[in-house]
Amino acid sequence: MAPETSAKSDLPQGTLDLLILKVIALGPVHGYAIAQRLQQVSGDVVQVPQGSLYPALHRLENRGLLAADWKDTETGREAKFYRLTRKGRSALHAETASWRRLSDAIAVILRMSEAGAE
Amino acid sequence: MTWWQRVLRRGRMEELLERELRFHLDAHTADLVARGVPPDEARRLARLALGGPEQVKERCRDVRGTRWLDDLWQDVRYALRDLRHRPGFATVALLTLALGSGATTVMFTVINGVLFAPLPFADPGSLLNVEEQTKGTVDYRFGDRWAFSYPNFLDCRREVRSLRMGAYRYNGGTVSGSSADPERVDGLQISAELLPLLGVAPIAGRTFVADDDRPGAEPVLIISSRLWRRRFGGSPSAIGSKIVFDATPHTIVGVAPASFTLRNADVLTPIGQNTLGFMRARDVHPGIGVWARPRPGTTLAEAQAELDVVARGLAAQYPQSNAGRGFIAEPLRPAVGDVGSTLWLLLGAVSLVLLIACVNIASLLLARAVARDRETAMRAALGAGRGRLARQHLTESAVLGLCGGALGLLLAAAAVRPFVALWPGGLPRSNRVELDWRVFAFAIAVSLACALLFGLAPVVRASARRMEQALRAGARTVTASRRLHSAFVAAEIALAMVLLVSAGMLAQTLMRLWSIDPGVDVRHVLTSRMAISPAVVGDPARARAAWRDVLDRAHTVPGVRAIAMVDTVPMRSGNNQLGWWTAPPEPERMKKPLALANSVTPEYLAVMGIPLRRGRFFDEHDRLGSERVVVVDEVMAQDAFGAQDPIGRRLWTDLLPDPLVVVGVVGHVRHWGVAADDGARVRDQFYYPFAQVPDGYVRRWSELMSIAVRTDVDPLTLVEPLRHALRGAAGDQVLYATNTLDELAAATLAQQRFLLALFAAFAGLALLLACIGVYGVLAYLAGQRVPEFGVRIALGATGRDVIELVMQQSAAMIGLGLVAGAGGAWAAARVLQRLVDGVRAPEPSTLAATTALLVLPALFASFLPARRASRVDAMTALRQE
Repeated sequence: MAPETSAKSDLPQGTLDLLILKVIALGPVHGYAIAQRLQQVSGDVVQVPQGSLYPALHRLENRGLLAADWKDTETGREAKFYRLTRKGRSALHAETASWRRLSDAIAVILRMSEAGAE
Repeated sequence: MTWWQRVLRRGRMEELLERELRFHLDAHTADLVARGVPPDEARRLARLALGGPEQVKERCRDVRGTRWLDDLWQDVRYALRDLRHRPGFATVALLTLALGSGATTVMFTVINGVLFAPLPFADPGSLLNVEEQTKGTVDYRFGDRWAFSYPNFLDCRREVRSLRMGAYRYNGGTVSGSSADPERVDGLQISAELLPLLGVAPIAGRTFVADDDRPGAEPVLIISSRLWRRRFGGSPSAIGSKIVFDATPHTIVGVAPASFTLRNADVLTPIGQNTLGFMRARDVHPGIGVWARPRPGTTLAEAQAELDVVARGLAAQYPQSNAGRGFIAEPLRPAVGDVGSTLWLLLGAVSLVLLIACVNIASLLLARAVARDRETAMRAALGAGRGRLARQHLTESAVLGLCGGALGLLLAAAAVRPFVALWPGGLPRSNRVELDWRVFAFAIAVSLACALLFGLAPVVRASARRMEQALRAGARTVTASRRLHSAFVAAEIALAMVLLVSAGMLAQTLMRLWSIDPGVDVRHVLTSRMAISPAVVGDPARARAAWRDVLDRAHTVPGVRAIAMVDTVPMRSGNNQLGWWTAPPEPERMKKPLALANSVTPEYLAVMGIPLRRGRFFDEHDRLGSERVVVVDEVMAQDAFGAQDPIGRRLWTDLLPDPLVVVGVVGHVRHWGVAADDGARVRDQFYYPFAQVPDGYVRRWSELMSIAVRTDVDPLTLVEPLRHALRGAAGDQVLYATNTLDELAAATLAQQRFLLALFAAFAGLALLLACIGVYGVLAYLAGQRVPEFGVRIALGATGRDVIELVMQQSAAMIGLGLVAGAGGAWAAARVLQRLVDGVRAPEPSTLAATTALLVLPALFASFLPARRASRVDAMTALRQE
């Protein structure tokens, strides 16, 4: 692993699927583009393991949340483009909502503990 | 993509995965190059970022959910390749397995057909058998179950709303008429509803209707497919033509399908046309069987309740005959006699052979697993999970087992027909024996069970060991398997001993039985059922004359020395038991002793070679009107009169109200068979002259009569001359069921002979397999001890010492096996004694002989590896360390 990336945090368990679904929700996209976008969006904060990307994509495809088509990219090469299925979209909504609830709850807890320390 | 698509389009999926990852790497590399990274470095970084394409691929494969199947397939291919690379092991293992599972499958196929196949009728599960049942009184001859009397059947059929009922009664007879020779056929009288009730539709013509099934209706009959082909060549013109059955012309109205084989009947007639006296009586039970089926929406319990009501009504109306008499309906089961116990016995015996085969293969696999210890440990060290390794072991044995099972199934398919044909006396329901899905399921289950059995040993052992120990220990791992190997040898010896002792007991039994005198001189005697002309059988005087004519004519046939009539031929299934007493008053019915009653003509003693002990036998002067005489056998003389002289004493029987006078005593005949007679319930025998049978009985007696002929020549050469001489004036008298007495005597031992032959074969096979097993195990164990022997020899041990060492090891295993086998053999002996007539507890000589037969080859099998071990060169052996 390159030394400059080792300082970043690992992705919390189960969030990779959510991020992938979110990226794909913006429109059909291939695996490399997903990796890039995750990299860009998360910047230096979160380490997205590229090696886990494809197994996750395939798992989501097998579960019917994603569908895939082989299409040409703008550079003229054929690539596998993933898109959300109806099931994938509702899963994204559910996951997003539950993530919000969780992070809100955690934020509240964190604030309380700060207040207690004062 | 569904799971199945992922399984089936595996290659395509791999290709797409490859392309997807290649695109990713190419795109990443291109981006890096565009940012100024040199191409080689860019490619390296891209691969690094992805984390290694092969690992990613593996993880993608994992999420497909088809991984276990890929592994399985890989293991199967590995196992097959492995078998191909070891043709010696593969041949021995597959052959033993095929023999073992093939024999087991044959036995199961027969059991499946004979005991489990449904009856060949529509919806056989709902068919009921209805019998009369006496409450409170149990006749010690017939128990409490009785065939129906015809009036009782008619009342039940009319009164019981919830049941459709049909009746049948055996009625053999002579078919003549059309161009072919007269022949004796089995027949049934059936009520009109029987065939529709069973769902049996005629293949030509019609079935009986109610109007056929009444006294005085026009005589009609339905013939079997067999008779149709035999006498009419299967021509449709047979329908409507006439055929003479028992002297009465009948119109053929239908042909039964070939699947209808009830009582082997060739001729079906309406039971309602039978107007003989016993059909109107309620107190006789002329063998009428009743089958029924609940009407839609009713249950067995409702039907039984209705039958009970009818029974109570009849008991009130006809107390004389029907008091205490009920009707009982039960699910109809196929009648197969006591074949079941023999079949289970044989299945048990072949299972033992199969078990030995399994143990053999287990010991081979174990030896190989020990040899592969280091490979296994290496693979475990490289990251193969213990479960994964165990799975691979089991897959290998499953492949071996299934291959053996498939071969066994082929073997069974080829062997089952010949086996059924060999069954002594014909296997009941043998037409139902076929390979169906149950047999396939059984064969597969047996193969997998075997695979588990012999595949488990290496797995159990492997998981009990620690792998680093294996890596370190190198060649010295054999101690770990020695105990299991000893157990295998002991198990094989024990199983083989059970079979050998069983075979020995059967041989001992047959040898004893063969030396027993059956009480008749079985050589040069021909016996045959005979039907005299149906035209005269109803008239006593003419029937007697016809029989006299038969005896006279038979005497004119060259080669006939003596001829007699007899109703119950020894060692055939004839049977007429009568109660007797020696002084009035007549005892209660249930307390009378029984004797076998034989109605014969004067030359009977000469024909059968039965010795006369006292007094005289019958002659021409014993006839109707003269003093009624009887001759008893020595067993009955003893039972009836003790030490007193029986001659001149009086004897009452169920046959006649008046007493008979004893005029002679003859030797006992083993009527029930050479083996079975000792244990028979009825051993008393008496003879009375056919000439003194009252007129009222002549018809029935004539229907039951056989002739017995003592010949100067081979009895079978006289069958045709006799058949010709005895055809009678109208040419409608027939001989049927013809046997030599020799054959009948041999047939009574057929079950024992058949079992002995099979057990001997199984025991021989078991012995062979056990010896191969002992040899294999000891060769292996001795081979593993070569370095040790080298040290011993270097330190001064002789070859003899080494042989002793190995033989001690082997003797300990064999001894253990004998101890275990003795227990098994004891159990097997008990089973045989219960199931087979004439088998007694094994004699010490039998035990000694069978033990020697087992131990000597086993010791020899272990001597060979021992001798080889003794010739070890000390230096070579030590260098092997």
